[in-house]
Amino acid sequence: MYLYDELDRTLVTERVAEFRDQVARRLSGELTEEEFRPLRLMNGVYLQLHAYMLRIAIPYGTLSSAQVRMLAQVARRYDRNFGHFTTRQNIQFHWIKLEELPQAMADLASVGLHGMQTSGNCVRNITTDQWAGAAPDEIEDPRIWAEVLRQHLTMHPEFSFLPRKFKIALTAAAHDRAAVKVHDIGLRLHRNGAGETGFEVLVGGGLGRTPFIAKTIKPFLAKRDLLSYVEAILRVYNSYGRRDNIYKARIKILVHELGAEAFAKEVEAEWRQIKDGPLALDPAVVADIAARFRYPAYERLDDSPPALAAARGSDRLFAAWLANSVANHKADGYAIVTLSLKPEAGTPGDATAEQMDAIAELADRYSFGEIRVGHEQNLVLPHVAQRDLPRLWRALDANGLATPNVGLVSDIISCPGLDYCSLANTRSIPVAQEISRRFHDRDLARDLGPLHINISGCINACGHHHVGNIGILGVEKNNEEFYQITIGGRADEAAALGTLIGPAVRYADVADVVEDIVAAYLELREDSRETFLQTVDRTGIEPFRERVYATR
Amino acid sequence: MPLVKRGRVIEDPYLRVVDDAPVPDGAAVIVPAARFLADAAELTRRSAPTGLIWPNDRKVAELAPWLDRLALIAMTFPNFRDGRAYTQARQLRERHGFRGELRATGEILRDQFLFLTRAGFDSLEVKKAADAAAFAEAVGRYSVFYQQSANGFAPVQRRRLLGAVAGGARVATGAEMAR
Repeated sequence: MYLYDELDRTLVTERVAEFRDQVARRLSGELTEEEFRPLRLMNGVYLQLHAYMLRIAIPYGTLSSAQVRMLAQVARRYDRNFGHFTTRQNIQFHWIKLEELPQAMADLASVGLHGMQTSGNCVRNITTDQWAGAAPDEIEDPRIWAEVLRQHLTMHPEFSFLPRKFKIALTAAAHDRAAVKVHDIGLRLHRNGAGETGFEVLVGGGLGRTPFIAKTIKPFLAKRDLLSYVEAILRVYNSYGRRDNIYKARIKILVHELGAEAFAKEVEAEWRQIKDGPLALDPAVVADIAARFRYPAYERLDDSPPALAAARGSDRLFAAWLANSVANHKADGYAIVTLSLKPEAGTPGDATAEQMDAIAELADRYSFGEIRVGHEQNLVLPHVAQRDLPRLWRALDANGLATPNVGLVSDIISCPGLDYCSLANTRSIPVAQEISRRFHDRDLARDLGPLHINISGCINACGHHHVGNIGILGVEKNNEEFYQITIGGRADEAAALGTLIGPAVRYADVADVVEDIVAAYLELREDSRETFLQTVDRTGIEPFRERVYATR
Repeated sequence: MPLVKRGRVIEDPYLRVVDDAPVPDGAAVIVPAARFLADAAELTRRSAPTGLIWPNDRKVAELAPWLDRLALIAMTFPNFRDGRAYTQARQLRERHGFRGELRATGEILRDQFLFLTRAGFDSLEVKKAADAAAFAEAVGRYSVFYQQSANGFAPVQRRRLLGAVAGGARVATGAEMAR
């Protein structure tokens, strides 16, 4: 956990006071909706189809049990008893009244939570690996650098009115769980030939209507230069990013139009002028920030305790969950547990107030009071003693949080779609629900292995459909919902965009098409160890296209 | 349009000279960028203060040869969302050491004041009188900042190291900000 001090808390409290004043000015008519819009957006308040929506940042995906309890309370008091976890380590409340927003924010501020910079054309919540600090494959905790960036880019005097929104993600592990290659800036902490750790800097990744995989513009950046280099990128973008067309305003378009090399040159020229100034990171400042992260006092435990083996042997359901939802921890005797928010026929990423309270309680009992949020819209208890897994599983199962489908076909990433969003062209959630019904057979899902389905209800791609192994994009044609299907996308260290397999299909046919694609995979794969992606890589999309369109 | 300079609403002492109109002797003037660049040598020899309006899509480095003889540079904000001039302001102050008046013009509303003053602007042409009157309140809303910036406040990270946090940090007031 990162511990906020008096200064951090003061800032958040001052922000609530400012927003209270802005809402009052809006309600009195002193501010027009046009003038109010950018102000509410700076605080994560959107106007959706039915109501205002409040988006709360969860910096680097880390929450305390007290914060989760407060989220539950806000869900109960101001919303309809649930919250929705997004693909960028945020939580959204979809039914809040404008008049109650300032008080909801004040309640959240009491535990250090806020909606600052969760929307608008500024630097958004800095995201990272939801297993940070616990994963065995990381070289150090990336959250320290996420926090260094978070502080520096909060209410930044120069970069709060950028051409468009700006998303930064970091990873420090061999396996990228933060999707850094589809961010405006992706940072990969790694070790160079001399054994020093620094950042590979990637820019210009992003999805939306013009998807790009980020390009490396600096293979190795020393840690002391992190802020100056990021400022140089933002400065070049702020000066030259397009402002004439909202669809061409993201940094990816600038990088694409200039070319990554020319863009890198501009950044380098700017950076040389500021790198040795006040932005050069003082090791004492970094050490002070690092010292504010608190780590669990792990017990000395052995891996695979007898109680675990016994439970695995005697309970098939527990064994299935263990194999699916539990990952290795860097500390002996501990495990990382993923809590699926994708129950059969549920809404991906939703959690009820009761579930959030239960999760907070279980985190206190079994995970040193810590909860994480990942971009796949699932939650994580990051530090669970392996001996406690059977008891934890029973409690999770009783709360509908132990569906053993993490990373499998029904672990669907979906945007809210037409059920909530004013930008959407089509429904997304009902599509996800129907697919999860079709694949409710757990043995089949396990046999299929890793298979990520992503659904977006419009071209803005909040469901990251381009990087789904199977991607589903809703489009409108003559007032009817149609869906384009891509396959072969991925968001990890080998990030790639999916390929369209053919003409868009009707709403009623989407789940059938997914079943056809899956059936084709089962026939095409060389053996059960060849994953869906490996099969697509080997065969190309043609056999899948044939299967899907032969009878359509 | 009310002008707020260093926290006070004042009469604008500068005269706007449009295009090729003659520049009156002895009067403080603001001229368009093109006019200034065409007559820079002559304009910077005047005894009265000379300023110019600089577009937000042109490098401020072009002004480097004249900065010590310019009394004022006005930057443009065509709308609330267009933030290019924040970069220009910081570059003028921090890189080129410009010490004259840096004025924000265009769509200037209350909720930008703090960003503007922290980026280095010291005068603002404000759209609404009510906003101008609320200047001190608007820039005094915050006492904590995470960045080094033109308002001279030590950023949070530095204050922590100085031990300012323990035992009740001295929190700056709005009045201090407005100065």
